[in-house]
Amino acid sequence: MDFLQPSTWDEALAARAAHPGAVPIAGGTDVMVELNFDRRRPPALLDLTRVTPLTEWGTDGDLLRVGSGVPYRRIIEELGDRLPGLAMAARTVGSPQIRNRGTVGGNLGSASPAGDAHPPLLAAGAEVELASVRGVRRVPVREFFTGPKRSVLAPDELIAAVWVRPSAGAGEQFAKIGTRNAMVIAVCSFALALDPARRTVGTGIGSAAPTPLRATAAEEFLAGALDWDSRGAVPPDVAAEFGRLVASAAAPIDDVRGTAAYRRHALSVLARRTLTWAWGGLP
Amino acid sequence: MRVNCTVNGEKRQADDVWPGESLLYVLRERLGLPGSKNACEQGECGSCTVYLDGTPVCSCLVAAGQAEGRDVVTVEGLEFGRVQEAFLEAGAVQCGFCTPGLVVAVHDLLARNDKPSDPDIREALAGNLCRCTGYEKILDAVRLAAR
Repeated sequence: MDFLQPSTWDEALAARAAHPGAVPIAGGTDVMVELNFDRRRPPALLDLTRVTPLTEWGTDGDLLRVGSGVPYRRIIEELGDRLPGLAMAARTVGSPQIRNRGTVGGNLGSASPAGDAHPPLLAAGAEVELASVRGVRRVPVREFFTGPKRSVLAPDELIAAVWVRPSAGAGEQFAKIGTRNAMVIAVCSFALALDPARRTVGTGIGSAAPTPLRATAAEEFLAGALDWDSRGAVPPDVAAEFGRLVASAAAPIDDVRGTAAYRRHALSVLARRTLTWAWGGLP
Repeated sequence: MRVNCTVNGEKRQADDVWPGESLLYVLRERLGLPGSKNACEQGECGSCTVYLDGTPVCSCLVAAGQAEGRDVVTVEGLEFGRVQEAFLEAGAVQCGFCTPGLVVAVHDLLARNDKPSDPDIREALAGNLCRCTGYEKILDAVRLAAR
């Protein structure tokens, strides 16, 4: 096995092109588990931790560009006010040790249906910046995942960053079902983003389908049913219908963590709760 | 491959490192530092917690080559002080396997937060498992060390 350690982004892209079988590694919280348990023997590891620009974030126009190597801890500490939904999800990732190392780029690269960063990125309408020696492209997160642990990432591409619009305030929520608060993979999870300026609703469902996904019908229903002018309390029948539409968008399976029926039920509850929290918290 | 890094303040060098092996393996098997424990090998238990450039991490999830040129501090490199004394005093050590990781995690907590609340302590130690179910004594030890 080779260990490739580029120190610049151009070197990293060149190495990726020259070694398509190399596995990119950042925080190692997924990749090292596979190596430690002999589940994977790639011809090379491509260490991205020396490529400093990946660990930076900044604003570009009205969007935030967050480098793929920014660890969860810094998402929470430095971006918690601008990206509250993603920060809430980041707080539920693993443990302090895992949040110190794990990155949003790594979460996307692994493309697990249970990845905690995925639902808030879906709800916020984020885009993933992919790069190769051929060039750069931006893919909406909703088009990024193609199956369990599969994505549109080409063999010569690396994940450079995510692009996301900062939240106007308290319109974002994330909730996750698990057996304890820490160190838990989601049984299911749900993210909601309410945008009162555009009068739009964004959703993201985790761990309840082959890929993370949006509940499009639920978004359209809620955007039309909310009283954006008066901001009055959400009628119970609207919340219930929103929950029902979210649950019906999922395609869960029975597995060791829970049954499909439980996941659907839990999603409808999470949808109603996050709606109440997000609506009540709008500035 | 060869890996050079600073461990507990000393320049160290490990040879014949397999690129897929972990920093934990390098510390224990190549550098003679068995204080960091090898249990779950998947970042669940925290018994391999070390400082990497001042940040607590699971050394089982750091590829050996990622530690090249970095600064590593293991439980052996922590000065004996209030944290270790409090673990002894409170009876927070039973089989002792989780203790090195907990000592590093508590050391980091108290460095950041001199007067942690109980929720602060629980959050800081969420990534460290004790299978002797000694958590109450461990919480006592952290409160004692923070006094």
